[in-house]
Amino acid sequence: MIAEEKITDAEVKTAERAFIENVSRRNFLQGMLSASAFVLWVGKSQLLAKVVTVPDANLALPSPGVETTAFHPGVFLGIQADGTVLIVAHRTEMGNGVRTSLPRIVADELDADWSRVKVIQGDGDERYGSQDTDGSHSVREFFDVLREAGATARLMLVRAAALQWGVPEAQCVADPVHVVSDRNSSRKLGYGELASIAATLPVPKKEELRLKTPQEWRYIGKPAPGYDVTEVCSGKPLYGMDVRVDGMLYAAIAHPPVLGGKVKSVDDSAALKVMGVKKTIPIDPFTPPHAFQPLGGVAVIADNTWSAFKGRNRLKIEWDNGGHAAYNSEEYKKQLRETARQPGKVVHAVGDPDAEFAKGGKIVEAEYFAPHLAHASMEPPVAVADVRDDKITVWSPTQDPQGVQQQVAKALGLKKEDVTCHVTFLGGGFGRKSKPDYAVEAALLSKKTGRPVKVVWSREDDIKFDYFHSVAAMYIKAAVDDKGMPKAWLQRSVFPPIGSTFDKDAVYGGAGEMSLGWNVIPFDVPNFRSENGPATAHVRIGWLRSVANIYHAFAVQSFANELAVAANRDPYEYLLALIGSGKTIDAGQNPEMAKKYPYDTARLRHVAELAAGKANWGKKKLGKGSGMGIAVHRSFLTYVASVVEVEVDDSGAIRIPQVTTAVDAGIVANPDMVQSQFQGAAVFGTSLARTGEITATGGVIDQSNFHDYPVARMNDAPYHVDVHIVESTAPPAGVGEPGVPPIAPAICNAIYAATGKRVRELPLTRNGFA
Amino acid sequence: MIRLKVNGVAQSFDGDPEMPLLWYLRDVLGLTGTKFGCGMALCGACTVLQDGKAIRSCQKQMGAAEGLEITTIEGISAHGPHAVQTAWATVNVPQCGYCQPGQIMQAVSLLSSKPQPSDSDIDDVMSGNICRCGTYQRIRAAIKTAAKEVA
Repeated sequence: MIAEEKITDAEVKTAERAFIENVSRRNFLQGMLSASAFVLWVGKSQLLAKVVTVPDANLALPSPGVETTAFHPGVFLGIQADGTVLIVAHRTEMGNGVRTSLPRIVADELDADWSRVKVIQGDGDERYGSQDTDGSHSVREFFDVLREAGATARLMLVRAAALQWGVPEAQCVADPVHVVSDRNSSRKLGYGELASIAATLPVPKKEELRLKTPQEWRYIGKPAPGYDVTEVCSGKPLYGMDVRVDGMLYAAIAHPPVLGGKVKSVDDSAALKVMGVKKTIPIDPFTPPHAFQPLGGVAVIADNTWSAFKGRNRLKIEWDNGGHAAYNSEEYKKQLRETARQPGKVVHAVGDPDAEFAKGGKIVEAEYFAPHLAHASMEPPVAVADVRDDKITVWSPTQDPQGVQQQVAKALGLKKEDVTCHVTFLGGGFGRKSKPDYAVEAALLSKKTGRPVKVVWSREDDIKFDYFHSVAAMYIKAAVDDKGMPKAWLQRSVFPPIGSTFDKDAVYGGAGEMSLGWNVIPFDVPNFRSENGPATAHVRIGWLRSVANIYHAFAVQSFANELAVAANRDPYEYLLALIGSGKTIDAGQNPEMAKKYPYDTARLRHVAELAAGKANWGKKKLGKGSGMGIAVHRSFLTYVASVVEVEVDDSGAIRIPQVTTAVDAGIVANPDMVQSQFQGAAVFGTSLARTGEITATGGVIDQSNFHDYPVARMNDAPYHVDVHIVESTAPPAGVGEPGVPPIAPAICNAIYAATGKRVRELPLTRNGFA
Repeated sequence: MIRLKVNGVAQSFDGDPEMPLLWYLRDVLGLTGTKFGCGMALCGACTVLQDGKAIRSCQKQMGAAEGLEITTIEGISAHGPHAVQTAWATVNVPQCGYCQPGQIMQAVSLLSSKPQPSDSDIDDVMSGNICRCGTYQRIRAAIKTAAKEVA
């Protein structure tokens, strides 16, 4: 996927992060865990002690002091003498609920009283294992690790009590919470009382642990409110945007309007006259590939954010725009569509679809198109960096603190151990904040000014200089039998790949992107081939919530609906016939993943039946201009079906009164958070379906703020989203992203049912709907 | 010299009169509960109360702030949680939470003028506040919960 000689291991790792089923990445992670997180130590953890040291900033993140007698069995938890249990959330909170769900997994196996737990946000540190909070794998990859961490501490506390009382271990039990009881007497010792003894004991082996049965879980699988809900609702300084450090300067940066552009000349005289502006500092252009390097440009340094913005707007810069100035998205669209009509690289093939097509039977074919999207998280990119004597402290809303350490160190010629990255809350991330370019900008400017610097991106910066979700053209063709069922299916997808961010010559999608809803389909088709055609990127391409699944599910699930219409069959009944009774599909996963998470279409069928049943498919009386659409999709190992109801008036205005989603994500840590994620995903999917479109003219992005890049508001979001979670004993799967892909095709299929108009190009505003 | 009150405390300002109230609150006073989202009154993250009514602080220049009485999210939290904040917690509204101070201030303003808002009242008033996480359904439920509490 990527030409290794051109990029560092760190960048490869980061690139692969989006591709969650990638074999090498999985192995890498396990290597990390066996080297660090599984290795527990007794006594005071330097790591935990470091994390709870109060950073020199105003953040309201709880940071209790660490007692020297405290018990720290490993990197994830500690128990203080007063019984306070500290649990590290080592992954990023951005609305995904990990500061609640992950610590509750530890607390459950520890039999800790949740009200006596303090959650500590972990700094960037490889001893935690992966902290890359994307790919919907926080619970999935750390479920077992965190349970074992909790169970280890519980066993050591039990042994400490046995030692204290001089009785056999079997006589002591953690019961009910936060105390160890003597089975033969009424004696009890609290966890705080046992902490100092436990800290002297050897760490038990994994084989000695007894994990709870699901019936014994007190927190896992039970709904819980967000750990931080009170602080969030009272406006406490929690976010990257809120960080204030003594002596801090503020910076706004004029980035080159075209990717790869350079400053030809700059006149900063007007900028320097703005009250509060201190100076301007040039930032070097990147050396291709751009990866996570800053875009370059000119920074305006001021004593407040507003002055920096105002000064930046008064810079007079002449740019050398470079080759990407030839990029016009309308013309590019035509090219992608033409490529999608040409034979491409084969991704996966079963049987001989060409032979079936050659027989001259009935053929159904269609082209689909989905544009670039911007992340537009509510908090634009922002970071504070303080460079002192070759040691750097960064406060950043980042999905990837270890990536911040690596990239900042690389840019300043230091070691990643020299970079401390404090992770703030994120005002949304959606994949944008996996890319640390803005933290690197802050570090470079701090180095040059000798002061802590806060780099603030405006909304315009955020939208114009994003790592965009990729634009894609797709072509699908099927030969159908006399019942309308496909005998052969060919699908071809063309998009500038994420790999182009790390290799400027990359034009084909990586195996990861192909695994996101394209290499295989969950349908019973004897002859199948998926292909991928080349496309050159002219903007930075990144990953956005559910990544390539967005356009791939749009095409496949729209086409399934088109086949149902061509066969004159009910779309839901037809979809079930396409899925069949259920089987395991070889989706190209590595053997270990395929064993733990087989691609089981029976589970997909089940969520389709559940969603259709709860939505009253085929039974609910719908008025004129109303219709229902259904779409199913498996992504991040989770099975999802959504039924969308739309009302379309004569002017094409759309209302979505109801979305019904059914989800099978295996065991879920916190069902209320799962509800939230899928409710939100329906809104996110509605945004991209209705109005989501980034275009470019002369290499310059045309959109800039929420007036020309609208996202769903309360009055155009689905009025009500019902989420039904399948009870499951399967291993936990992804939650943050899988709700997004089915929404756009389900909306478009509903619009077809309501109006007879087929949407093959997103967004809806391109089709006369609003 | 501009004189105004923020959360009941008298303040004065003699900086750039074009500086929006938003940045005065955040960078000068350090009241960072009021959020920056767009700078164009398109998203509502910067919503505060002026004489009890919701305004977008990114559009109020300090040169025009003489004599204003401004309440921020910190101001309504000063004496324990406001009924709207309690309702927000009960319904567990926030996901990332960044827009929620603005949403809460807008809801406080709505309930002060319409203590028992209908769905369309809520839609009309709250549609200026964007939540990219998509918590609208819970926001509507929390406003109804708060309305019952107040009634």
